[in-house]
Amino acid sequence: MAFLGLWNYWVVIVLMMIGLYIVIARDNFIKKLMGLNLFQVSVIMFYVSMGKVNGGTAPILPESDMVEEVAAHNQPVTAGHLSDTRAFAHHHEAHHGGHEVVAEGHEGIVYSNNLTHVLMLTAIVVGVATTAAGLALVARIHEGYGTAEEDEIYKIDLTGAL
Amino acid sequence: MKQLIGSVFVLVMGLFLWSLVPLLGPSAGYLSTYFTQHGVADNHTANLVTAVVVNYRGFDTLGEVLVLFASVSGATFVLRRRDGLPTAQPWPASEFLATGARALFAPLVVFGAYIFVHGHLTPGGGFQGGAVVASAVLMLLLVNRDRHLPHGLMTWLESLSGFGFVLTGLIGLAVGGSFLSNKGLMPLGEWNTLFSGGLIPIIYVLVGIKVGAELSALLDVMFHSTGDADHQEGQA
Repeated sequence: MAFLGLWNYWVVIVLMMIGLYIVIARDNFIKKLMGLNLFQVSVIMFYVSMGKVNGGTAPILPESDMVEEVAAHNQPVTAGHLSDTRAFAHHHEAHHGGHEVVAEGHEGIVYSNNLTHVLMLTAIVVGVATTAAGLALVARIHEGYGTAEEDEIYKIDLTGAL
Repeated sequence: MKQLIGSVFVLVMGLFLWSLVPLLGPSAGYLSTYFTQHGVADNHTANLVTAVVVNYRGFDTLGEVLVLFASVSGATFVLRRRDGLPTAQPWPASEFLATGARALFAPLVVFGAYIFVHGHLTPGGGFQGGAVVASAVLMLLLVNRDRHLPHGLMTWLESLSGFGFVLTGLIGLAVGGSFLSNKGLMPLGEWNTLFSGGLIPIIYVLVGIKVGAELSALLDVMFHSTGDADHQEGQA
C-alpha cells in the first residue's frame, strides 16, 4: 500500500502537530519553546527521510581511482530519475559507448540525496542558537515579571502591578 | 478554551498536511543529480555534502552563519550581566566531573578541529566540528563556573573567520567569475587527500572556527548571566 509506504511523512505530521499544539495551548514559555523545537525536529526529520534513496548510501565517495577518469571525461550527462545518481557507473559506461542509464559499471553505487542533508546540516546548528536566543528572552521575562506563564504576565500587564 | 482552539486548529492543519502527502514526488531533482555527478569533477571533494554546502550553496551557508551570529549576539545582548546584580552562585563540581572534564577537554578540542579540517573527506565539517569544540568549552565551564572566556580573543576569532569567509568568496568572484567560485585560484589537488578541494577546506575551517567561537561565547554568556534565583531572593 502506498499509504503505508509513506509512513515517515505520517510520523512527521504527527510530531509537527504535537509541537504546534504545545505552542498554542500551553501557557509556559519554556514549554512553548520546546513545542517549537519539536516542530523544528519534525521538519528536520521530514527533510532527512525525504532524502533517503532506496539502497542509497551516504554521499561520500569511497576510495577509488575513478575520479581521474571522471575528471578526464567530464561531459554533461542528461539527468533523469533516481538511478541517474550512479554518477561513476554512468560516466564509465558513457566512456565505453554505452547508452543505458543504469549501468552495471565500475561501482554501481547509489547515493542518497545530498541536497536535503545540506539544508538540514546548517538548520540543526542554527536551531540550537535560535533556541538559545529564545530561552534568553524567557529568562529575562522571568527576571522582570517573576513568572514565565503567559496568562499571569497578561494579568500583570493589565493591572499594571509590576 | 485554549486547549479546544488548539486541538481544532491542529486537527484541521494535520488533515490539510495529510492530504498533501500523496502529492510528494521523489526528492531527487535535477539539482541533486547534478551535484552527485559533477561534484567530484568540479571540486575534488570526497564528501559531496561539503561540496554543496561550501561551494554550490556557499552563499546560503554564509546566510546561515549570519543567522547564527545574529541569534548569538541577540542572546548575548539579552543575557548580558549587568553590574550590581549578583550572578548565580556556582556550585562545586564533583570529582568525577572535574577529572573527566579535565581529561577530555584537550582531546575534544583536537577532535573538533579534526572534524572540521577533514570536512571535505569524511562525514563532518565546520558546523559539526565547531559544535564539538563548543562542547569542550561547555565541560570547562561546568567544572569551573567562575572562569570567563577571553572576550577579546573570541571576538577576534569570530570576526576574522567571518571576514575570511566573505573574503574568499570575493576572491572567487575576482578570479573565478562568481562569488565563492572554486576555479583558478587554488589547485584542486589530488582527490581524497587532505590538501584537495581548492578553497573548500579553507572556508570550512573558517566556518568551524566561527561556529565554535560563537557557540562557546553563547555558553559563556549563559553561564555568567545574572542569576535568576538570587534576583528573586533579593526582591523578597
